[in-house]
Amino acid sequence: MSDLLEVDNLRISARNDDDELTPIVKGVSFKVARGEVVALIGESGSGKTTIALSSLGYTKPGLEFTGGEVRLHGEDVISMDSDQLRGLRGQRVAYLAQSAAATFNPALTIGEQVTETCVLHGILTQEEADARAETLYRALELPDPDKLGKRYPHQVSGGQLQRLMAATALCGKPDLLVLDEPTTALDVTTQIEVLKAFKSVIKQEGAAAIYVTHDLSVVAQIADHIVVLYAGEIQEYGTAEQVVEKPSHDYTRRLMHAVRPPPAAGQGDETTGEHHRDAPALQVKDLLAGYGRIQNGLPAITVLRDVNVVIERGHSVGIIGESGCGKSTLARVMAGLLPAAEGQVLLDGGELKPALEQRKREELQKIQFVFQMADTALNPRQRIDNILGRPLEFYLGLKGDEKRRRIGELLDMVELPQEFAGRYPEELSGGQKQRINLARALAASPEVLLCDEVISALDSIVGANVIELLKRLRKQTGVSFVFISHDLSTVASFADEIVVLYAGRVVEKGTTDQVLSPPYHPYTRLLISSVPELRVGWLEETMQTQEAQAGIDRVVTLKDKGCPFFDRCPLAIEGTCDQETPPVRTLAGNHAIECHRSEAEFAH
Amino acid sequence: MSQASQETSASTQFDELPTAPPKRKIRLSWPGKIGVSVLIFWAIIVVIGPTIAPYHEADILDEELFIVPGSDEMYPDTDFQPPSSIVLLGSDYLGRDTLSRILFGARTTIGISLLATLLAYLIGVTLGIAAAVGSKFLDMCLSRVNDALLSIPSIMFALVLIAALNSPGIFWLILIAGFIYAASVFRIARSLGQEVMVSDFVEAAKVRGEGLWWIITREVLPNIAMPLATDFGLRFVWVILFISSLSFLGLGVQPPMSDWGSMVKENLSGLVYGSVAPLMPALAIATLTISVNMIVDDISAATGGKLAKRMIS
Repeated sequence: MSDLLEVDNLRISARNDDDELTPIVKGVSFKVARGEVVALIGESGSGKTTIALSSLGYTKPGLEFTGGEVRLHGEDVISMDSDQLRGLRGQRVAYLAQSAAATFNPALTIGEQVTETCVLHGILTQEEADARAETLYRALELPDPDKLGKRYPHQVSGGQLQRLMAATALCGKPDLLVLDEPTTALDVTTQIEVLKAFKSVIKQEGAAAIYVTHDLSVVAQIADHIVVLYAGEIQEYGTAEQVVEKPSHDYTRRLMHAVRPPPAAGQGDETTGEHHRDAPALQVKDLLAGYGRIQNGLPAITVLRDVNVVIERGHSVGIIGESGCGKSTLARVMAGLLPAAEGQVLLDGGELKPALEQRKREELQKIQFVFQMADTALNPRQRIDNILGRPLEFYLGLKGDEKRRRIGELLDMVELPQEFAGRYPEELSGGQKQRINLARALAASPEVLLCDEVISALDSIVGANVIELLKRLRKQTGVSFVFISHDLSTVASFADEIVVLYAGRVVEKGTTDQVLSPPYHPYTRLLISSVPELRVGWLEETMQTQEAQAGIDRVVTLKDKGCPFFDRCPLAIEGTCDQETPPVRTLAGNHAIECHRSEAEFAH
Repeated sequence: MSQASQETSASTQFDELPTAPPKRKIRLSWPGKIGVSVLIFWAIIVVIGPTIAPYHEADILDEELFIVPGSDEMYPDTDFQPPSSIVLLGSDYLGRDTLSRILFGARTTIGISLLATLLAYLIGVTLGIAAAVGSKFLDMCLSRVNDALLSIPSIMFALVLIAALNSPGIFWLILIAGFIYAASVFRIARSLGQEVMVSDFVEAAKVRGEGLWWIITREVLPNIAMPLATDFGLRFVWVILFISSLSFLGLGVQPPMSDWGSMVKENLSGLVYGSVAPLMPALAIATLTISVNMIVDDISAATGGKLAKRMIS
């Protein structure tokens, strides 16, 4: 028997309060052979996690198996009783949840948690388990494998924790691993490191795996077979090469279409129209900002230093960086939510007061903030017409019919039907909520729209549609955009200019073309090379590059002096880069790179 | 162009899947339905109780009523009579009709408790929201004072206040109960309010430049109304028990006014004679409080049981 796991015509339904069954998984069949990785791919609600969990004989509360079989070594796991399931879970099938940070107990050492399951199941003694864990740390290329077990979860980085989850799962030598979106929450540079470790350890251990994700480019790197799901049904099932290179189904093609192409020069939406070159719409000058009490002019934790950004009228500026680089903080300073410790924010050339309460209503109206999570940014107790109507009333003094007409226009602008005016946010899907979120900001007739990771929480197809909408709105309204994202491809497809932030400093800025083509700042180069490409074999090629080897698997550290990228930089100069603040080199056409190296040196 | 048309055709085929769960409605389980019926029953009694009562609450029944036809007993005992067609639920230690006193007492007990709970909510929610939206300093002042109040056992505290005021009337009883229970309402309102204050939609309102009043009334209050309503039910039950306990100790409602708590206390000696007089008002308290609890269970199940944790205070 070569097939380790056979899922045969699996059906799972949800039972609602009226005892009616709604099918969630509608007759899904696939196989996982020994040593093979099968990816389940689909958008939220496609049933991918539900199917993956069925291999543990588990359904989420409210769901139940209504048909089919899931056979592990020919044994049906659905019909197992709880004793048999206990033997199955954690021993023969191991589950890796999405967020390692939420899974690890901060009060216990890493070693205790990695070895807990297999010791508890009596597979290994504590000593054997410790030795096994150490082997796994080495296989996963974790730093300090002999001492790592004694450390606590907060002492390692997010990417390392994610790999430690794999160690936990693999410790008891399971036959099958279930990985549920293990890299979705990670930055690109971290994702690549985790992917690589997973791939090699799965090969080394000869384990089979089910890999659940919505990201086709990730799947292309790791899977042998791909199962494309939509609404609980298989749309396409084949080998990775087949699905990625010759997709046969419409839905797969749509998914591929939504994968944003790797960032490349010449992609940006250059605004060609001549705009008034007088004062920029929004400008940030010599900004220093952070959190905590301000003492001697410095906040307790300084997040942003020496930040200068200019947003010309009608332009869209992309701000990019990894989590913790200060990009959201920058938006909060612009909006006035976080008063800057030093420096100025200028609107139409006039200086804005740092704090929100001191700004005038007209000033507030001109800068609108679009929050990342539409789920939490819309008051669940207000109807859509109230949500959109309030800024109209508040800033523009619209009332009655006039207001109602304008609400209709706004809904049109974001391509939603008029009847949505009478709905509550929870009656809308994620993408629709994000559109309302945008419409609310547009209702104020702003000059600058601050978009903070507006598509990060959306599925790829939905996100791609929102980007299309943003592009159209930009042409229609002439509003300037500040577009914040950790995803370089998204920014590249939308922005005229890109500002690359690293640990609170602007390391490179220029037009999209300038930033995405050489000469690069070493960090920009790392970012660009870390974006997964939709082809098999990309991962191996990328890991060979110098940037990847130097820069991947490092933590962003905020530093008081020197270049913050020093630890990760392949071009770092000992004694200079770690001591002195790098100078800003201005190249042709206002392209600026902050680096000690000269243009010739990083142009290679 | 062709690509665009292709995309629209595809989008009709694969719509974005709904991510929002269906709206949760409050569904009454069997216990919940019973609870609602009992509650409605008592609400009607509060309104019409005194008019349908066979006797007045203070009436000491005539001995003649209890003379068994044909017997030669001239002066039968009127106290602790067993239930009969004359006194449906028996008579109490002074020979008053228990049923009538329960019917009259419903108004006193429920009325006082309701007013006291409303007062507790008025004080607790106002200060709790103030602490949640106000400055750190204000929050600290209010919270520390509140902690101090919470640390004093409520019955002891009430006893001291009542003693100090020398057994004041019903008005003071309501004030004292309202004040004491405001402390726990404050805690809940503050923590609920703080949770909403840090949400993105409040931040959005702040960025818009909304004033504090708008944020409180439009953004915060509608989002904490449901959990507060659930807590109101439970708090109401606590206040009923609290007032009844005070009456039982003889410090609550004063005779001859009837009140369920004091009725239990007055007739306690009847237990020795196997009288039902102390049991009936106790039963009334039990049915009312348990039914409110059963309704609250259903409401908190509908809100995902999130409230349960917070309300263990």
